[in-house]
Amino acid sequence: MSNPLVKLENIGIQFGGLKAVQNVNMYINKGELIGLIGPNGAGKTTTFNMLTGVYTPTEGEITFDGKSIKGLKPYQVTHKGISRTFQNIRLFKDLTVLDNVKIANHHLANHSILSSILRLPSHFKGEAEMEKESIEFLKIFGLDVYKDELAKNLPYGMQRRLEIARALAAGPKLLLLDEPAAGMNPQETQDLMDLIALIRKEFDLTILLIEHDMSLVMGICERIYVLDHGQLIAEGTPEEIRNNPKVIEAYLGEEVKN
Amino acid sequence: MKKSKAFWIYLAFALVIYAIVQVMLTNGMLDLYYQNMLITICINVMLAVSLHIVIGITGQFSIGHAGFMAVGAYISAICTMKLGLPFIVGIILAGVVAAVAGVLVGVPSLRLKGDYLAICTLGFAEIIRIVFLNVDYVGGAAGMVVNHATTWTYAFVGVVITIMVISNFTKSRHGRSCLAIREDEIAADAMGINTTYYKVVAFVIGSLFAGVAGALYAHNFYIIQPTAFNFLKSFEILIYVVLGGLGSLSGSVIAAIFLTAVSQYLQAFPETRMIIYSVVLILVMLYRPAGLMGTKELKDVFKMKKRGGSEA
Amino acid sequence: MDWLQQLINGISLGSIYALIALGYTMVYGIIKLINFAHGDVFMLGAFIGFFAITRWEMGFIPALITAMIACAIIGVIIERVAYKRLRNATRIAALTTAIGVSFLIEYTMIFFRGATPEAYPKEVLPDKTIEILGAKLDSKVIFILIVTIILMILLQFIVHKTKIGKAMRAVSHDADAARLMGINVDNTISATFAIGSALAGAAGVIFGSYYTRIDPLMGVLPGLKAFIAAVLGGIGSIPGAMVGGFILGIVETIVSSIGFSLWRDAAAFVILILILILKPAGLFGKNIREKV
Repeated sequence: MSNPLVKLENIGIQFGGLKAVQNVNMYINKGELIGLIGPNGAGKTTTFNMLTGVYTPTEGEITFDGKSIKGLKPYQVTHKGISRTFQNIRLFKDLTVLDNVKIANHHLANHSILSSILRLPSHFKGEAEMEKESIEFLKIFGLDVYKDELAKNLPYGMQRRLEIARALAAGPKLLLLDEPAAGMNPQETQDLMDLIALIRKEFDLTILLIEHDMSLVMGICERIYVLDHGQLIAEGTPEEIRNNPKVIEAYLGEEVKN
Repeated sequence: MKKSKAFWIYLAFALVIYAIVQVMLTNGMLDLYYQNMLITICINVMLAVSLHIVIGITGQFSIGHAGFMAVGAYISAICTMKLGLPFIVGIILAGVVAAVAGVLVGVPSLRLKGDYLAICTLGFAEIIRIVFLNVDYVGGAAGMVVNHATTWTYAFVGVVITIMVISNFTKSRHGRSCLAIREDEIAADAMGINTTYYKVVAFVIGSLFAGVAGALYAHNFYIIQPTAFNFLKSFEILIYVVLGGLGSLSGSVIAAIFLTAVSQYLQAFPETRMIIYSVVLILVMLYRPAGLMGTKELKDVFKMKKRGGSEA
Repeated sequence: MDWLQQLINGISLGSIYALIALGYTMVYGIIKLINFAHGDVFMLGAFIGFFAITRWEMGFIPALITAMIACAIIGVIIERVAYKRLRNATRIAALTTAIGVSFLIEYTMIFFRGATPEAYPKEVLPDKTIEILGAKLDSKVIFILIVTIILMILLQFIVHKTKIGKAMRAVSHDADAARLMGINVDNTISATFAIGSALAGAAGVIFGSYYTRIDPLMGVLPGLKAFIAAVLGGIGSIPGAMVGGFILGIVETIVSSIGFSLWRDAAAFVILILILILKPAGLFGKNIREKV
């Protein structure tokens, strides 16, 4: 394939004596929707953390949009165009829904600290734009009605949606979703699948998602990578993965007849 | 625009207060005791609000704030007493040097979190105090005599500017970044906020105004000694912010005004004062850790009466 | 030799820091709280020892034991009244409360008896001079060292060989898991405070017996320095607190002896900042990573 948007080449990371992730090779092309699955503790979130700069890989290379991003700090990675949600929701709980989204918008504005302190016109212009864009964002997710509500007061399903809205407000090319369907019932999961399809089209996104809910993964992912004990054990289309004996063994511990 | 109108209202309110007091002063209605109390209130409000932006807004637990006050006090005293410069120059230099101290203390300290950050700031403040204690040029333990130059006008303008700057900073994308850091630093980082930069910025703004407050303090009490800037002082400022409500600027202001008044009345009983402070602080932490105002501002309390618009 | 004398002075000072630091490190290890009031327990121990010796005419060891028991009780009271409710509160709330308790103890003392110092009688500890390698060794110092070592051995025994010690180690590691294993977490925490406070009380009596001068605010600076010693050794690590205490005592004595006595207090803070910047986990500590 011609230049993928993201390339992870032989990346690995070691914590003390423990090799949490080893020899992982992944690539994602622009516009793809890729799944990353594996049993608990397989290293999926660790891989996300390496991609987003929370950890620096001890081996290998990460390339995004043609350039290496290994060693960049998380906020720098976000500026480059990667954004994420978290496994355990990390919303700004005591801030309003609107503020949560505005914060993600921060690096796209450019009025200076001085202009804000002195209340210069550039401050008002910049703030008005941020307000307008953030509300527009919330409308897409159906959250604009709750814009002044504190994030901690939202019901769980909406909090998850807000996390995604916030991640999107950062203007990414690549969106990482960490178990977005956790704790959802089948109806909510279906709504989530529709939402993902919608934002993928609206925002021209490339998406990498970690998930345990197989109906969601098999339902929307074009390709899937499977991790176990920090290593890649399979990759392919949902059909190939579903029937892959190594994958079945990793999840269930022994070979199972289909 | 709705938002700039709020600004003009506050300014008008401030002017009214200034005018009333100024009139009372010129007519001899307020004697020296009350004058001094008003100036002390202004200084303490400046200290409280400057710590509020560090702890309340950005969530960085700094318990060495008196160190920056000391820097401002001594620098301004050196300017006026040793170098013969005008008071206003002393004030400005006090702020600038305190801000530089803020960078020097902040950059290493702000890498740490929670308890470690607190102890580190305490350590730096103690070092600053010990330095002034041992430098004969500024009088050492005996301290330094400083001419009286702080007037009601200086103090009031100082506190108005402090509140305005910090309030304006808070109600902007920069303030929001600091709030994000307070709420969840990892998430803020992930959303594109340069957390180190903003932590240092908040810290520096805080130390700058603590320095200015220190300059006003130095020129109000005729003498400055290192003991005035010890941990007890940092603790007092901490109480203003915590009691007022972590995250509420108006809470810090109200608490500072109230506690300064209480403190003046208990001046003859310093142990009683400390015992009351400690007991109140412990009770608040145990039973109402949100403090007086929680994270709300005064106008939020009024707004609850009518359906409101959104925040700036 | 002068340096030997200084080394010995440093070790005496260091043993006091170490005894106080142990209390800090154990409490921090188990509930992640910097017990700001710990230095004031040290002060209370010194005063209780003083009364035991002068009013009730006890010898050094009985006074030591009395102070240790009294301080253990005081420590548990402080924990139950002020800290227990804040186990799940923010760090700011817990630390602020601890600071409040510290000031409360200090100023209540001053309120009731004034700020004037007391002086321990000079004959509390056996007073002989022994010469070793040209240095005049005060038998007091040897006595202190022996008492300190005995206390530390006792502590190691409790922590590693008794049930309560095992419980303390388990709760430090993972309080919820310990609870599920049937350990009474509340009592374990109280026991930790009791033992730590007893050691601080012992340090108070030793300090009073050696340096003789005690006053209500004597716990502030030594308390802070002992905490720094605990951080130096690796907060949460018992051997770390011991080593950190001795190192700090020796460094301070050296700084003082080479002519910078005005700056001896600053030495502790400089060490603190260097440790926090270069190796926050301390000498024996582990790096704990926050899970993202």
